[in-house]
Amino acid sequence: MKFLFDSDTWQEIYGSIRKNKVRTGITIIGVLWGIFLLVVLLGAARGLENSFNKAFGNFATNSVFVWTQSTDTPFKGFQKGRRFRLNMKDIQVLKSEYADQIKLLAPRNQTMNLIIKDFKSGSFKVSGDFPVLDQIQKKKLIYGRFLNQNDINSSAKVTVISEDIYKQLFEKDKMPIGESIKINNINYKVIGVYEPSNTIDFDGDTAYIPFSTFKKVYNTANNIDWMMITANEGIDIEQMESDVLLTLKNLHKVHPEDERAFGSVNLGKEIAKFTGFLTGMQFLTWFVGIATLIAGVFAIGNILLITVKERTKEIGIRRALGATPKSIRQQIILESVFLTTVAGMIGIILGATVLKIIDTLFGQGVDATLVNPTVNIPIILTAFTTLVILGTLIGLIPAHMATIVKPIEALREE
Amino acid sequence: MIRIEKLHKSYPIGKDSLHVLKGIDLHIKEGEFVSIMGSSGSGKSTLLNIVGLLDIHDEGDYYLNGQLIKDLNEKKAAILRNKFLGFVFQSFNLISYKTALENVALPLYYKGMNRKERLKVAMDYLDKVGLKDWASHLPSELSGGQKQRVAIARALVTNPKVVLADEPTGALDTTTTDSVMDLLKDINDEGMTVFVITHEEEVAEQTKRIVRLRDGVIISDTLTKAAKAL
Ligand SMILES: Nc1ncnc2c1ncn2[C@@H]1O[C@H](COP(=O)(O)OP(=O)(O)OP(=O)(O)O)[C@@H](O)[C@H]1O
Ligand SMILES: [Mg+2]
Repeated sequence: MKFLFDSDTWQEIYGSIRKNKVRTGITIIGVLWGIFLLVVLLGAARGLENSFNKAFGNFATNSVFVWTQSTDTPFKGFQKGRRFRLNMKDIQVLKSEYADQIKLLAPRNQTMNLIIKDFKSGSFKVSGDFPVLDQIQKKKLIYGRFLNQNDINSSAKVTVISEDIYKQLFEKDKMPIGESIKINNINYKVIGVYEPSNTIDFDGDTAYIPFSTFKKVYNTANNIDWMMITANEGIDIEQMESDVLLTLKNLHKVHPEDERAFGSVNLGKEIAKFTGFLTGMQFLTWFVGIATLIAGVFAIGNILLITVKERTKEIGIRRALGATPKSIRQQIILESVFLTTVAGMIGIILGATVLKIIDTLFGQGVDATLVNPTVNIPIILTAFTTLVILGTLIGLIPAHMATIVKPIEALREE
Repeated sequence: MIRIEKLHKSYPIGKDSLHVLKGIDLHIKEGEFVSIMGSSGSGKSTLLNIVGLLDIHDEGDYYLNGQLIKDLNEKKAAILRNKFLGFVFQSFNLISYKTALENVALPLYYKGMNRKERLKVAMDYLDKVGLKDWASHLPSELSGGQKQRVAIARALVTNPKVVLADEPTGALDTTTTDSVMDLLKDINDEGMTVFVITHEEEVAEQTKRIVRLRDGVIISDTLTKAAKAL
């Protein structure tokens, strides 16, 4: 190992590299490209994964949403095309029948209304909700708090509004908490302002009011528009979805095979699809990256082999002057390792730079397509070590070729 | 210094083999200045390469500095070459991307000498061959005679026991030939064993002993006038 720290060794390598600028350039580009691709692809894949995680981040991923449409099959004396509504009784039944499966259940009612504050106004979604919503779809509050059970019990005229609603209706820097706004001509006290979610959001800019208040004000009786259900840990969410739908069909006298009566979205299923896609992409990335790397390393080996052939005579001269096969081998291998290392490092640096640029171009803001595209240091180190090891191994071939010929044969070469 | 007994060497050519050296007996003592002459293909280079450990003989014995050369691996051969032998080739064989000084210093690198010392010693030898001012020039910037003098300096730099030269003047004109031969004579005067191959009678005459080869056997082995004059 001493020869590694010998300035002469490096002098020799420097000499031979400087002499062969073109092949050195080609070699470096080969490996550089491989590691560069690997870094950028892995980074981009990670960025996509991050943005995906961010999008679904605040959402319980094992959720099912259920709403009603209209029947497509006549059943029990009902015509097809019948419209019907979910109601609180359904909620009770589901809660008791699936007590061990359902974790959270949020019945919801929603409408659009004009909201007025002093002389400003705008049309926004108004949603009657239970506090449990905050657990399914986390709200980040800038001011105040979300709805609580007291608000429900007392059917309080209180509301939690989005930051956008606040900005549109309030004077700048005006503290919103405790202020009253008019929704559908009824006064509500603002108790909270939440940040727009930068993730998937089914509500948008909504003014949340207690479910009980909504029921009274809009006369919805026991009806509800739709519900969100999240499952307990370890529950097969797809099974639960179809079980719940069957129960609901039974409750509403809908044909068990009716495909249209209920609409439902299983978030877990959608996510699984996407996760599969991500895994596939990661696999592809690795595949492409590693294939390119190997190609790069082979390019190095090939070029070294050519160089060794070109330099057969030089090697013969060196051997006549007393170069041992070991010293010849060391020099060729070290040259290979040195080239791969330098190329690898430049590749990593360029890759990181490109990721940085991608980050500034696409990674910023609420709806960024690639969030924080980075690569793991261990992954890069692994790739790098592999590269250097492969570089060494591939350097062994030309090194061996250089030393098996008799020195006189090497010298005779023109 | 060099003792060769019943040495045989054949080159395989396809299925046949070409018998090049057919029983050479040769004894060269320390401090001798020997030239080998003979027509083309008579086996001169083959003999020199075997003596120089660049090639291997088939039969017979070869003693270098008293050591029997047999079943030598490349590593040992390399060390012996570095320690005992200096080569001068007809085509100079300088490394094109190294300066004159670096070329001369190369054998010392393989000897394990550090760079500073190496360059100093190399410079001394360049000075000896009269090329101190050309130290930083690349071979392509030197004339044939200068190149050969650099090569001689390189052959001498490790202070070997024997200098082997295969037609060192073969690519040079008369004047430069004389300067190269003067140099070899000087070295020999200092006590070094010198062994040259040549085609030129005038060159051979300047050595002290002429060995003539024909078809792989020695046909004559005589002292020159120069030697007798001493
Ligand atoms: N590597 C080899 N393979 C096969 N034959 C060879 C090889 N080297 C030399 N020979 C043959 O051996 C014979 C002697 O060659 P050698 O080089 O020793 O001759 P030489 O006396 O040096 O001739 P010249 O004066 O032309 O240099 C020649 O016939 C040559 O063709
Ligand atoms: Mg010859």
